[in-house]
Amino acid sequence: MSSETKTQDRPAETGAEPKPGEKAWEKLPEGATIPEPGTADKYRTGGWRTDRPVWDAEKCSQCMICFMFCPDSSIEVVEGKMTGIDLEHCKGCGICACECPRDAIEMVPEDEIEE
Amino acid sequence: MANIKELAARQEQLTGGHRLCAGCGASIAVRQVLMATEYPVVVACATGCLEVSTTIYPYTAWRPSFIHSAFENSAATISGVEAAYQALRRKGQLDQEYRFVAFGGDGGTYDIGLQALSGAAERGHKMVYVCYDNGAYMNTGIQRSSATPFGAWTSTTPVGSERAGKMQTRKDLTSIMAAHNIPYVAQAAVSNWNDLIKKAEKAFEADGPAFLNVLAPCPRGWRYPSSETIQMAKLAVQTGFWPLFEVENGTWRVTSKVKERRPIRDFLEPQGRFKHMFNDEQALAAAQQWADSQWDRLHAMVE
Amino acid sequence: MAKTVAITGNVACAHAMRQIDPDVVAAYPITPQTTIVEEFSNFVAKGQVETEYVTVESEHSAMSACIGASAAGSRVMTTTSSQGLALMWEMLYIAAGLRLPIVMHNVNRTLSAPINIHCDHSDSMGARDAGWIQLFSEDAQEAYDNTIQAIRIAEHPDVHLPVMVLLDGFIISHAIARLDLLEDDQVKEFVGAYQPGYHLLDPQHQATMGAFDGLHGNYFEFKRAQVEAIRNSKQVTIDVGKEFGAMSGRSYGLFELYEMDDAEVAVIVMGSTAGTTRAVVKELRADGVKAGMIKLRAFRPFPAPELAAAVRDMKAVAVLDRAESVGADAGPAYLEVRNALYDSERRPAIINYIYGLGGRDVGLELIRDVYSDLADLAGGKSVEAVSYLGLRE
Repeated sequence: MSSETKTQDRPAETGAEPKPGEKAWEKLPEGATIPEPGTADKYRTGGWRTDRPVWDAEKCSQCMICFMFCPDSSIEVVEGKMTGIDLEHCKGCGICACECPRDAIEMVPEDEIEE
Repeated sequence: MANIKELAARQEQLTGGHRLCAGCGASIAVRQVLMATEYPVVVACATGCLEVSTTIYPYTAWRPSFIHSAFENSAATISGVEAAYQALRRKGQLDQEYRFVAFGGDGGTYDIGLQALSGAAERGHKMVYVCYDNGAYMNTGIQRSSATPFGAWTSTTPVGSERAGKMQTRKDLTSIMAAHNIPYVAQAAVSNWNDLIKKAEKAFEADGPAFLNVLAPCPRGWRYPSSETIQMAKLAVQTGFWPLFEVENGTWRVTSKVKERRPIRDFLEPQGRFKHMFNDEQALAAAQQWADSQWDRLHAMVE
Repeated sequence: MAKTVAITGNVACAHAMRQIDPDVVAAYPITPQTTIVEEFSNFVAKGQVETEYVTVESEHSAMSACIGASAAGSRVMTTTSSQGLALMWEMLYIAAGLRLPIVMHNVNRTLSAPINIHCDHSDSMGARDAGWIQLFSEDAQEAYDNTIQAIRIAEHPDVHLPVMVLLDGFIISHAIARLDLLEDDQVKEFVGAYQPGYHLLDPQHQATMGAFDGLHGNYFEFKRAQVEAIRNSKQVTIDVGKEFGAMSGRSYGLFELYEMDDAEVAVIVMGSTAGTTRAVVKELRADGVKAGMIKLRAFRPFPAPELAAAVRDMKAVAVLDRAESVGADAGPAYLEVRNALYDSERRPAIINYIYGLGGRDVGLELIRDVYSDLADLAGGKSVEAVSYLGLRE
């Protein structure tokens, strides 16, 4: 688990580094508008985690309750089905494990995870 | 209403990578509300946890268009957006159909934003106002609001020898909004997602203003482990702390299917903010009495 | 072409709004602005505008709704006075910081307490650092003309800032004046169609507006960019004023020079008192006194070097402030003018008068007194630097 050590990407269209001769404030969008949607997707909050949700696909019934209750939009979904957990954004709150009716998600301390 | 698999297949409207606390109820509320419409929406948001954590420049967690201007005025701000929409549509300058939603916490809604909300509701803008109620000013560090429950510890209702927790019961904002006689008013909780999304659908399609009061538990302020946010909301519903109901075109209907209401202490006990009350039978009895009278009043409205 | 009418300043402002036909107006009534919203309501009721008119429950919500509507990419106007402007205070900064070209009348009225409904400039002076362009008007004609020009200045791509058009409460707002209204089509053509930048109702681009600057810390840079925009507005104001002149025969700049070519003493003044001052200058000129007047139109941005150049060869100048900056050394306009002169190699002696607070009448006699003091000052006599004009002592 190394999200916290990675450099955060800055969204391409905002706050770009000024070219030589340009002043930083001249490059900023008027009024601090963020002209692109959903740029927080580029910001990793996975480093906040102390416990990691570990998903057992065998036990999972695809009820999607974890998706419905995830505060961090971190249940990965393909065509309406759960395919895993987005560890770049998951903060390890444990709601998914707590609410899973099949105990298909277990919270495991990050330092016990074997990569 | 779409089933959960269909909802999951829709584009996520709030990305990960926002900086709300682990286990925050507010982002769950937002996700569920935004699942309820397939129209593009414009979101307005009051200053608060949700706003500061989801729009840290240059990162925004919002896929829809979003505006924050100040704390007490998200209802007024969205009413302006909606007015612009009406004007541009009437003048033939905009084809796209939109929906409009404002989010505010209980501080920004029950307290400082009540006037702007009341004004916008009375004017009849086609907008949905969602209060994510976590029962205190959490963004500034857990100060009491008029939504804070009786007895709760907050940083401005501390526990001492002369006073212990909040002395007053909470304001019944949902009824205040119902008294505006707007097309749709409802109280919902993040635990009862099916109920919440159905209500949000009705709110988005209402012919005029709609108000949703959504219980959004806060692990930090309520003092419980982050994994138990949904459990706290469930207990709130089951004990009658937070009954689920709707007022549709003036008709009141209870939507929480609570067969046997549990005692209020079941909701209070797991939360650190009520810990001191368990040395004070009188305070517990008062909390129960409040829950009973609220329950009776609601059921009297239904009959 | 133009139509000459006899109407009040407020009705003239409402006509400017009708002719501009903004997409959204969100406004709240307050004395002495009320007849603007009443008159505009009539235009809405009769279908003479296509505006979505939002009858908000407070001025705070008026400016909040204007911000929402402007951020949504529509052309927005509002109108207020005094306590209403004060209640908007928080939102004034936000409108400017979000770079929204909202145009607003402020019908100048003093601030409580004690409550008083009459004219002085305390309200708009209190908002002078909010980031709005502020244009003063001498009479109903100017209030009308400024309103139309304000749209162009606010929406100019080098500017994108809100503009406050100021007119003196009752003196201009309620007095019936003879003025020329432009043809509706002329105004429509002059203001043109609004071309918003990023906005909330663009189906192709979803923007986040009003983001939190908490962690990356660009606030300083955003403010610097805002300062550049209001500096840019000087040239835009001059250009728009010329273009307006070509259409209407009435040109405008940052300030107006009256009898200044050979003047040795002058008064710098804003608002309706410029009319009184002009009358006194005429008298003095008839008597052979080399008196002049500078009528300041743009208070924000403040035309500091331009004013310094205009008065450099004079002997004595008096600045008239219809506002008190309680606790400061002098009135706000005086402090700005005096600051503008600091670096000039040649500069006149300069004095300040606080006048007309709470609507205290300022007649010809008082202005004559000012020029009399200026003559003394120019002649080398000592005159008090800051004094009150018309105060009951």
